[in-house]
Amino acid sequence: MAGLTLDLIGLQLFAGVALGAVYVLLAIGLSLIFGMLTVVNFAHGAFYMLGAYVGLWLMAHGGNFWLCLVLVPLVVGGIGLAVERVLIRPLYGRGIDYPLLLTFGLSYIIVELVRITFGKSGYPFDTPDVLQGAVDIGVGFFPLYRLFVIAATAVILFGLWLFLERTSFGLIIRAGARDPLIVRVLGVNVSKVWLIVFGMGTAIAAFAGLLAAPLQGVIPEMGGTILAEAFVVTVVGGMGSLLGAVLAGILVGVVVSMTSLFAPEMAKVAIFALMALVLLIRPQGFFGRAGLMS
Amino acid sequence: MTSKTPRSNTLNRRSMIVGGATLAAAPFSFHTARAQEPTIKVGFPVPLTGPYGAEAQDQVRAAEVAIAEFNAAGGLGGRKAELLVRDDKLNPGEAATRALELIENDKANFIVGSLSAAVQLAINNVTKQRGVIFNSISQSDAINEVADFSKYTFHEALTPHLTAGAVGRYAFSKFGKKVAFLTADYAYGHEMVRGFQEAGKGMGVEVLGDIRHPIGATDFSTLLPRLQSMKPDILVINNFGRDQQIALKQATDFGLKKSTKIVVPIMLFTGRQAAGLAAFDGVVGGTSYYWGVEDQLSSAKSFNDQFRKMHGGRVPSDYGAMGYAGVRTVLQAVKDAGTVETDKVITALENLKYDYYKGPQYYRKCDHQSVQSVLIIECKTKDMRNEADVFQVVANEAPNEANLRSCEALGHKA
Repeated sequence: MAGLTLDLIGLQLFAGVALGAVYVLLAIGLSLIFGMLTVVNFAHGAFYMLGAYVGLWLMAHGGNFWLCLVLVPLVVGGIGLAVERVLIRPLYGRGIDYPLLLTFGLSYIIVELVRITFGKSGYPFDTPDVLQGAVDIGVGFFPLYRLFVIAATAVILFGLWLFLERTSFGLIIRAGARDPLIVRVLGVNVSKVWLIVFGMGTAIAAFAGLLAAPLQGVIPEMGGTILAEAFVVTVVGGMGSLLGAVLAGILVGVVVSMTSLFAPEMAKVAIFALMALVLLIRPQGFFGRAGLMS
Repeated sequence: MTSKTPRSNTLNRRSMIVGGATLAAAPFSFHTARAQEPTIKVGFPVPLTGPYGAEAQDQVRAAEVAIAEFNAAGGLGGRKAELLVRDDKLNPGEAATRALELIENDKANFIVGSLSAAVQLAINNVTKQRGVIFNSISQSDAINEVADFSKYTFHEALTPHLTAGAVGRYAFSKFGKKVAFLTADYAYGHEMVRGFQEAGKGMGVEVLGDIRHPIGATDFSTLLPRLQSMKPDILVINNFGRDQQIALKQATDFGLKKSTKIVVPIMLFTGRQAAGLAAFDGVVGGTSYYWGVEDQLSSAKSFNDQFRKMHGGRVPSDYGAMGYAGVRTVLQAVKDAGTVETDKVITALENLKYDYYKGPQYYRKCDHQSVQSVLIIECKTKDMRNEADVFQVVANEAPNEANLRSCEALGHKA
């Protein structure tokens, strides 16, 4: 392998982390929802895609990217709230496959609605002017926008951590995840907690979709492949574990990136090879609790 | 997250409205005895969904122009033509099924269409077996080879050998000899690479590397640093549709254009329109057609004007124009033959000398390849007359059989 320098490996690592950042955001929402509600949310990719399309719509109606970063999670999070309240809530206590099938079907409906509304062929999405171009990061030139994606993800994670660890509502969420029955006995309205958690998860997914839009444009199917990869991340990190989702997300990004360096055609397979390996050694994933699925 | 969507109703409806309008406009449409005859059905499978959707939609628009012109001119002694658009979803299996349905259920007389070097071979297999004429309007080298070719197979589009050859001959002499490739990992990409390599032979071209990506890729960030580290004079990006837009945008973001000339075998009008100037700025590419040649070519002018008239003032794209030529040649051959009988139409197509939109063309006898010109284009950065005025033609390789693979090389008896 000629020309393999430390600089190249450094750049490749950065590319991997930037790629991983989007995985992290998706996986953390999946994990949050699964950890609290034991709902395997197959509509998560559709919410991700909705984030990009709502952003597109807002930009076309006079909004700017920065405003979108705030409004998009609110709008899609709101849709998430409605979905939990109307569709998912009646299914609690019926076994894990009920909400799974429901969200699976819902994802098809959302994608089809977007196709009908916005068309099948997709749209480009301009990178905000101030974030265009590449900057020298010591090992070579790297796109400024991808650095922004990493930073924005870090901010979201930090905010989420503060919320869960430092607020009383976060305390309830954590308690609800550990033992919903006891929390209910203590007089806490668990269904309200679940509602908000689902809304938060979808809001973060929409945020991730908006971040991804300037990288690759928007199409109705954009949530499909990335959802499969985000599931791998949650499984590797441990279903329900937020720390696991973060570490596994970055790991998967870096594994894809490093595999691309040596054998680009193996990059997608590498994700699943990693999952298989982790499951063989540690079936519950990095930080997962055994038996959560049963 | 793909799903079974019903066939594109809007497009069908549109083509029916167009058909209806021209029917009503035709001077002798009250000859109801004539109208009893079944219409001439042209099946048109193209990938309306997926990464090549924008190009496919324009192919439909242009094919509608060919149908409308044929009908307005009275059809085949009053017998009208009809376009049956189907979505092949860029999937060979789907395309084969759609082609079979078009032939068996819809009784299509001809198949024109496809937008993939791989998918067209699946359609060709079906049409070959059923003895139906298929005029392919997307690039392929394999379709002309003796293994895939049949007397029913026609190829209106350019071939990768021809396109990459023309672009390679231009670029290698101008921008340098050290070349790296970023290539979509399927027939189109492979054939383009081979075309560039063959053009580079004898020019002292050194290939530094060829990195492959899956079709429909959305992220090239993990491939670009490696390409950058090869320090090529020229980076050839061999992909299509959305893949091309995203690859060019991300290559620009990574600052690759600072040190490297980016070259694409086909620079897409639809892509440039969608992705904007920044991504395509400084890129050199080939094309089968650019509407701007209308200043020099009267056939281009009249095609563009027809297209503008039918489609709200917009101009046809490169691949769109091939949809027009692909349908029009078949319908002209029907007229010349005076029948829709397959064998007679084949003979008429073989004898056709035409200039429908881009200068003189004809189908080479041995492999039914349309011999035609290739344009080399660059992005305009200033003096744009309107929104569609995005490219300038920097070279024009005239139609020449010598630039195609020879009949012997394809396995045909000369």
